[in-house]
Amino acid sequence: MATYELKNKKSPPISEIGVIKWLHENLFSSLFNSILTLFALYLLYLIIPPLADWLYFGAEFGNVTNDQCTREAACWTYIGKKLNLYIYGFYPEEHYWRIHLTFALVAVFSFIPRLFKNNAHRFKLIAFLFISYPILAFYLLYGGIGLEVVETHKWGGLTLTIIIAAVGIVASFPIGILMALGRQSKMKVIRFFSVLYIEFIRGVPLITILFMASVVLPLFFSEGIDVDKLLRALIGITLFQAAYIAEVIRGGLQAIPRGQYEAADAMGLSFFQKTSLIILPQALKISIPNIVGSFISLFKDTTLVLIIGLFDMLAIVGLSTSDVNWLGRETEGYVFVAFVLWIILYSMSKYSKNIEKRYNTELDKEKL
Amino acid sequence: MKNKANFLSNYLNNNEIRAFLFQAITVVAIFYFFYAAFDNMFDNIAARGISTGYGFLDDESGFNIAESLIEYSSASSNLTVFYVGILNTLLVSFVGIIFASVIGLLIGIARLSSNWLIAKLANGYIELFRNIPILLQIVFWYNILLINSPRSIKDSANVLDLIFINSRGFFMPKPIFEFEFLIVFLFFLAGLVGRFFIKKHYNKLRDETGKSTNTFFHSLLLVFGLPLIVFFLLGSPIQFSYPEVQGFNFAGGMNLSLEFIALALALSIYTATYIAEAVRAGIESVNIGQKEAAYSLGLTKTQSLKMVILPQALRVAIPPIINQYLNLTKNSSLATAIAYPDLVGTFAGTVLNQVGQAIEIIIMTMLVYLAISLFISFVLNVVNAKLSIKGR
Repeated sequence: MATYELKNKKSPPISEIGVIKWLHENLFSSLFNSILTLFALYLLYLIIPPLADWLYFGAEFGNVTNDQCTREAACWTYIGKKLNLYIYGFYPEEHYWRIHLTFALVAVFSFIPRLFKNNAHRFKLIAFLFISYPILAFYLLYGGIGLEVVETHKWGGLTLTIIIAAVGIVASFPIGILMALGRQSKMKVIRFFSVLYIEFIRGVPLITILFMASVVLPLFFSEGIDVDKLLRALIGITLFQAAYIAEVIRGGLQAIPRGQYEAADAMGLSFFQKTSLIILPQALKISIPNIVGSFISLFKDTTLVLIIGLFDMLAIVGLSTSDVNWLGRETEGYVFVAFVLWIILYSMSKYSKNIEKRYNTELDKEKL
Repeated sequence: MKNKANFLSNYLNNNEIRAFLFQAITVVAIFYFFYAAFDNMFDNIAARGISTGYGFLDDESGFNIAESLIEYSSASSNLTVFYVGILNTLLVSFVGIIFASVIGLLIGIARLSSNWLIAKLANGYIELFRNIPILLQIVFWYNILLINSPRSIKDSANVLDLIFINSRGFFMPKPIFEFEFLIVFLFFLAGLVGRFFIKKHYNKLRDETGKSTNTFFHSLLLVFGLPLIVFFLLGSPIQFSYPEVQGFNFAGGMNLSLEFIALALALSIYTATYIAEAVRAGIESVNIGQKEAAYSLGLTKTQSLKMVILPQALRVAIPPIINQYLNLTKNSSLATAIAYPDLVGTFAGTVLNQVGQAIEIIIMTMLVYLAISLFISFVLNVVNAKLSIKGR
């Protein structure tokens, strides 16, 4: 009987393991790839060191004046001095707590319903909170009974950016749903007006609608009614956003199989019941990733309000660098605003990709 | 009595009648809304002493515009301002679209590269520029150009004595085409036509005999070679006008303002991220089996790319790319933030402030963008019809 002996194990060739294998496979797999890698490294060499120097190593963080601050690199002292302006606008400092409370309430309000197990109660509670929050938020931010009034022209900075985006998305939602349903409707007149509205709004840039809202809208109201500048911008943004939301929801509606409509009809549900209980919940669920996507574009678009004279975060750059003490620090301002908005937008886009994956379970299974 | 009630409820529960009533109410509501709005509007306009109608279009504009593709002076009419604005909008959109397409295509392909570093860099580019609002990018690049460009003409940055850069913009040589250039151009067109027939001939030959011929060099010669020879035979009928310092400014040459460059740069960089994503989605949408099948049929790498992969990838990629072109054109309206004289900046900006006839002016502006949108949708539909799978 033959016996077999195991030979001594040899370690794999050095080119097949660890870092070297990885480098070979991912960076230097061919001549062309090697050239590309070297090119990319050179590009990084050109960009990274001066950028890092400007942003951090050469930058000034201490408590200095503009003249003492370097011109060769960033002067972050300026951002530190103007930070309140960037975040709260001209909102009086002793009232910052009202802004904090308004945003904290979002967390509280979204937590409360979790305490209730009963679904029927929960739904009513959510509806109640959803309706009462805007009223409460407006009372806190604007003031009125018992609270000092802070006029809207004092609102600004990141706070204003978030307020506009939040109001825009919430207010545009019901209009968007109506328009989406209208576009799918069998009633010709309704469909005509919905299509007209949606296509008109989507065909023109937001800036023209904002101009319309800020210049033409006041003419529509009878004499003596003075519409707040912020409110006008909000109306413009809401009408604009509604058309995009409508298209997103229409996509969801079209994905609902005919059988769902027929089943609802067979159950004897009325149009209202069918729409609100069967069709919309499914359509909205499918549309969630796109709704988040649409919210992301809305958030980007809020920067446009600076053109009609509101002081969102971007407008603060121009404003704060016209302060004689901090002339010529625009670059720092833009980089800072870009950084803040980028973090917000990047997290939102990651989040939207996440839920897209979560709702796309069926598609993934097909791929496997 | 009971009958009558039944009669009424029968009517109200009839779907058609209900639909009619509902639509009638909607129409009345919409018309009432507009009636009330316009009624107020005319009162307000009368009270403020603003005139109405389009008479203002013939009035003298009274202000200067730094850049114009057509002849313009402050004595020109407001209607001319309108045209200047449209042309500037179209110009910057056109340039933006070209650069955005090139950058987007490169980044989109780089994103799928097997080279780890290149793929990561492309991804970084997309994530960085996609998530910063376009308006911020426009003002950022404008600011960077502005603070880095020399103030005075004497200190202008000089690139090979051809391009001069200062705070008034980029000054570069401007080609002037002589009449003979038309002949060169005609040869170029004839080359294109010739190429088409050669291609057709060889395709026919291939279908009959199965022998395929590479027509690349034929085409190159016809489309570029021949016109080039004619060009030199005619004695290079292109002159260049070079920028030269004259007094306090450059004379001659072509001037691209910093506003134009910042706007075109920001628009291309931003839109390129979306185009890159569309390109990537297009390439990824083609099943790997298609490539394998093409190879196993014996097609070469180029052939399989040209005949199998690309036609399928384009079908997915082109519609969103065309949509991005529309978005770019609409975003070019943000030019007003850095005072580039586009349609919104000049017409809906300066003219509106001077004349005050907001409604007429904004409606005209909106109509221009609507027309552009409709045109691009039309192109999209034609392209979609061409690209759609033709069933047999």
